[in-house]
Amino acid sequence: MTAELNPRFTIDSLVIGANNRLAVTAGRAVAENPGTAHNPLFIYSGTGLGKTHLLVAIGHLTKEFTPDARVEYLTLDDFIEAYHRAVSLGRIADFRKGYADADVVLIDDVQFLARRPEEQAELLRFASELKESNTQLVLTSDRPPTEIADLDDRLIERLAGGLVVDIAEPQFETRLAILKRRAEDRGVELGRDVLAVVAEYDTKNVRELLGVLNRVIAFQAVSENELSADAARALLEGGEPRTKGEDATRAVSAAEIDEFGAFLHGVEATLTEQVEAWKSHLRDAIRLWSAKGYRTSTLEGMLAGEEPVNTDQAVRAYEAQVERLQTAEREIKGFDAVLAENPVFRDPDRVAEAEALVERTKEGFTAPPGPSEAFSLDEFLVGNATKMALGAARSIVEAPGEQYNPLVIVGPSGVGKTHLLHAIGRALEPATNGRWIVCVSAQSFMDELVNAIEEDQVPVWRARYRQAGALLLDNIDLLAVGDRVQDELFYLFNALTEAGRQVVFSASVAPRAISGLDDRLRSRLEGGLVANLDAPDLELRKAILRRQLEGRLGEVEAPLVEYLAQQPAESVRAVLGLGQRVITAAESQGRRATVDLARQALEASSSRAARPPRARTAGVVISPAGGIESTEKMVWRWPDPIEYVIEELG
Amino acid sequence: MSLINFTTREITCKIVYYGPGRSGKTTNLQYIYERVPTDRRGKMVSLATRTDRTLFFDFLPLELGTISGFTTRFQLYTVPGQVYYNATRKLVLQGADGVVFVADSQARQLDENIESMQNLQENLLEQGVDVRTLPMVLQYNKQGLPPDLVLTVSELDDALNFRSLHSFPADALTGTGVFETLRGVSELVLRRLSEEPPE
Repeated sequence: MTAELNPRFTIDSLVIGANNRLAVTAGRAVAENPGTAHNPLFIYSGTGLGKTHLLVAIGHLTKEFTPDARVEYLTLDDFIEAYHRAVSLGRIADFRKGYADADVVLIDDVQFLARRPEEQAELLRFASELKESNTQLVLTSDRPPTEIADLDDRLIERLAGGLVVDIAEPQFETRLAILKRRAEDRGVELGRDVLAVVAEYDTKNVRELLGVLNRVIAFQAVSENELSADAARALLEGGEPRTKGEDATRAVSAAEIDEFGAFLHGVEATLTEQVEAWKSHLRDAIRLWSAKGYRTSTLEGMLAGEEPVNTDQAVRAYEAQVERLQTAEREIKGFDAVLAENPVFRDPDRVAEAEALVERTKEGFTAPPGPSEAFSLDEFLVGNATKMALGAARSIVEAPGEQYNPLVIVGPSGVGKTHLLHAIGRALEPATNGRWIVCVSAQSFMDELVNAIEEDQVPVWRARYRQAGALLLDNIDLLAVGDRVQDELFYLFNALTEAGRQVVFSASVAPRAISGLDDRLRSRLEGGLVANLDAPDLELRKAILRRQLEGRLGEVEAPLVEYLAQQPAESVRAVLGLGQRVITAAESQGRRATVDLARQALEASSSRAARPPRARTAGVVISPAGGIESTEKMVWRWPDPIEYVIEELG
Repeated sequence: MSLINFTTREITCKIVYYGPGRSGKTTNLQYIYERVPTDRRGKMVSLATRTDRTLFFDFLPLELGTISGFTTRFQLYTVPGQVYYNATRKLVLQGADGVVFVADSQARQLDENIESMQNLQENLLEQGVDVRTLPMVLQYNKQGLPPDLVLTVSELDDALNFRSLHSFPADALTGTGVFETLRGVSELVLRRLSEEPPE
């Protein structure tokens, strides 16, 4: 961005004296032969002595000598702004080249480069490029290059490499000449002695000197008579000026003129105080929110900025962001407190990220498997073998999390542990206030964890389980193989029991007998109620068989039930297997179920070649689809007709 | 009109000189006008009758320059004092950031002062402005007259200043107390910047 050259700042309007003669001569030489005489030309002087005037005058003069010359004038701020814009557009080369094509580049106020290493580096490259393309560079500053704070040595060398000239304070004669010319420009006639008074007046620079002249001119304008040197002196020194023959009552004293200055000063003080008040408001907000752990870089940025801001609005906007963060944090805490520890929930600049994280978490959040609807507590037949476990189950359904937590149901395979677990889960539903009832096999539990580890989603996986209103975990013996899964279960168990949620486990042996189970987990399991679900006794077997057979075949004779119940069967599942064979035989042969039929059916199967016992773990597995798979129940379809024929032939 | 505009970085204070006819409101503005350097003041607009009474209102814009990053302007208004110009008074009062109540200290003018003060409160109330929150100061003008003609500051305070506002004795013809008053009201107005920043 190149500013227009101020038309008032020409070489002719510059009063040349001993103080600036060298600088003006150098300027002329540069304007006549840009890029060859002194390149760069560095002009420095105290403020108000005409640096900018001379700089712009060099520009005008260049155009006078060479009308089609291209002159670029910019302040250091313009330079920095243009540079930053070029950086953001990725067009730095164009930026430098744009200026290298000019004949003269004038840069004002380079002292502002102090402590700006990046801009210094750019100016160095910029100056080098201009030098190479023979473009004249003229710079001004309020001090010589060597005195600009922290200026890079190479840049000093580059800037001082041409000619460094200064403009000194003008002497009395020059001041007088300046005053005379300025008074003429303004069309005001002032006596030489009056101007001499002004020239003698203690001012630091030409700008101030002209300010004093303005005061005298203003006074002369309201006075009907010509101002005398004494009056001027009195005016400037704060005395009572008297113009010749004036009406004393209408005179305006210098003290009175200053009344406005005093007023202005007061307003300035009050306003500055108010701006300070905003700053302290900002500081308070920064202290408050950083103490609460939030990032306050936005507010700090405003505090560091020179420009005052509407802090109230800024703080309100900041607090609105914090509020959104808090909402997001609360929401994600609902899933998992660990997720809420993510730093995005403490950075108001990253609200969008925090909210996106909550959304992502919600999406990945499906309920873990729940209890199957196929089982109910009421179907359970009470017998000696089941009454303890059933009694415990009914107590925890009445008061979840209060009586026995955890409840560990221990029993051999096939006695109905899984059945009971799901039945308890179903029965707990009304008491968990809509929270998920998690009923899952230890195997699935572990598989899910492994998946979560693979997908780096452990916190979400964890959070899903911690949401549970009750946890029922089947076959925990299987967990003894994994340390990590035991760790997770340990923390999950603690979280749930602390929150008063019911936890139920099943295992084939008592926790103390599970080898590989972590001690801290073992002691927690033992610390609840370990209830046995034993193999069914004769009475229970009878009851089971009666219900099974009558359910399919209608009324059955008592001896059949007695006969079947006497058969060796260690589990409910085995008992049911016996009943099923009789049902199949009766249905396939179209005969009534009798003891004879049963004997025939059972003997036929026992005559089969004994199969090697199969290694088995869980008898019942709840499939991820929610159905029930049972390896033993598959046996119900046996004997396969083909197999049967082969046996007969054999 | 908002006192402060953050977008354009401007502060504009509208200060209204209120009071009964002939209490010296215009004189206050004239005195200020004469003391402001020409480049700081705008043209003083004064619509007066042939007998020099303010017919409509006086308006004096002051450019205070850039203070703390804000271009700061004061706009000083006077209202016509005579009772029958109430419509104009209401108009001028609209959007005022501060009010200077210029009372005539002469004993015989006391009723006019009280009447004008009541009129000010009525007009503010009508505009929905709470007189208790509006920055306001009192000026007891014409204190330069012979003592037997004027009431003292404490007598005037008793009669007019029941909210314990800042009050300034003044003699606007000679300038005594004029800038003190302006300074007093400015202070109150500017202090509001941090007390209740605008939207």
